[in-house]
Amino acid sequence: MSRITSICITLLAILCLAAAWEAFARFGGYTPKLTPTLSMIGAALVRIAANGVLWTAILATLNRLLLGFAMAAAIGLLIGGLMGRKQWIEDMLLPIVSFVYPIPGLAYAPLFILWFGLGDVPTILLVGISSCVVIILNTWKGVKSIKPIWLRSAEVMGAGDREMLHHIVLPGALPYVMVGLRLGLANAWRILIAVEMLMSVQSGLGWLIFGAQTFLNTDVMLATIAVIGLIGVLLETQVFERIERATIVRWGMAAA
Amino acid sequence: MSRTRRIRSAGLIRGVLAVLICLALWEMFARTSRSTSLTPPLELIGQTLAGMLVDGTLLINTLHTLGRVLLGFCIAALIAVPLGILMGRSRFAERFFLPVVSVLLPIPSLAWVPLFTLWFGIGNTATICVVVYAAFFPLIYNVWAGVRSVLPIWTRAATVMGAGRWALWRKVVWPASLPYVIAGTRLSVGRAWIGVIGGEMLASPTFGLGQIIFNAKEFLNASVMLSVLVVIGLIGVITERFIFNALEEATIRKWGMAASARR
Repeated sequence: MSRITSICITLLAILCLAAAWEAFARFGGYTPKLTPTLSMIGAALVRIAANGVLWTAILATLNRLLLGFAMAAAIGLLIGGLMGRKQWIEDMLLPIVSFVYPIPGLAYAPLFILWFGLGDVPTILLVGISSCVVIILNTWKGVKSIKPIWLRSAEVMGAGDREMLHHIVLPGALPYVMVGLRLGLANAWRILIAVEMLMSVQSGLGWLIFGAQTFLNTDVMLATIAVIGLIGVLLETQVFERIERATIVRWGMAAA
Repeated sequence: MSRTRRIRSAGLIRGVLAVLICLALWEMFARTSRSTSLTPPLELIGQTLAGMLVDGTLLINTLHTLGRVLLGFCIAALIAVPLGILMGRSRFAERFFLPVVSVLLPIPSLAWVPLFTLWFGIGNTATICVVVYAAFFPLIYNVWAGVRSVLPIWTRAATVMGAGRWALWRKVVWPASLPYVIAGTRLSVGRAWIGVIGGEMLASPTFGLGQIIFNAKEFLNASVMLSVLVVIGLIGVITERFIFNALEEATIRKWGMAASARR
């Protein structure tokens, strides 16, 4: 199948989806207040972009994401690395980590509200804590996956702790660590949007959706959802794939 | 990697020790803090847990939550598995559906909750819709990737050896894509689980574990919240350990395939 045909089919799919929504919005039996047409959604997007609400919301959300993710990465890499290197730490922490792992981060949200109040601090804490678990697990697996012979030969050649960490453990564990960071960021992103709805923060994309619901502004809600999807794609393709290409793909540790 | 029994029991002791240390730290923290309703001691959490077990609230809410996950996952699977297979086998279907899937996949399911509550009202329907949305995309993505990962030489070899359409499915394509399908199911149930707790908090159906946690906040009942968190953790460990590991053991590990699907 040629490239042009495949692009045509992709366009066709998008057109079909748009047409289906448009038909549903116009003739679906709901009022346009509940199912706005595409032009209304587009107009809402332009409106919130023009008056700046969208930008402050995006900035606020990304800010929280960055802080929460940085916290998760710091905790996750530290604990995961220690668990990978020291057997007794692994024995002690693994049961706790595997118990916490399947609990959805959002389940802690009401508890965090009680303990830390509403607003930014508990939001960032929650995002950080709930997304560090997957980073811990992947870092641990990565450090464990390093071939013992690498460690032993480095030791024989006289590598100290620092050199060992820098030249063997970090690069050796990197493919797993990257997967962990990637999953952690995706987790943080998902949780953050929901938490912003619960924690009554001052601004943010989740807050924008939740606030728009109060005023029955479905066009604003759908426009925000589209922006959220777009940012999700950008985080995945522009940030992480680039970092991977610059590190593990270039070093021949993973296929591009 | 085989460990001797002695090392394993030492590991177990350390694990138990760590849990005990955590519990002791919590107990100290709880006893010295000002308010037991914010940081309840273990005894109170245990009592609350036992109370909820005895009067049946825990059971009925857990059943509601699990029922929603199961129903949502089944609806998602009914659509995602055939569609994923179709996408894996036909280039046209792949080109047609993949853009739609890749646009909708990265949107967190919980972002839809306010919209779903407007469309379907608060309650069960909106919650189940969230679960379906959360479960659908990881599953369809992995089914598609799994079917695509089947080596063409296998299907060609089977065709040459006279396999009919049905035999090709049963004997080649399905088993070959199973590692991905199982990984997708695992991921999809995990997402559904997150979706259901969030959906229950935001779309307020009548019963559900998320609902109990959320309501307990109004009455400053941290002991109820912590008990429910313990239950949620237990359910997660049980599904992961017993259901999924057993499933993998019975299929792909028995056949000597490694689970290498994309998460």
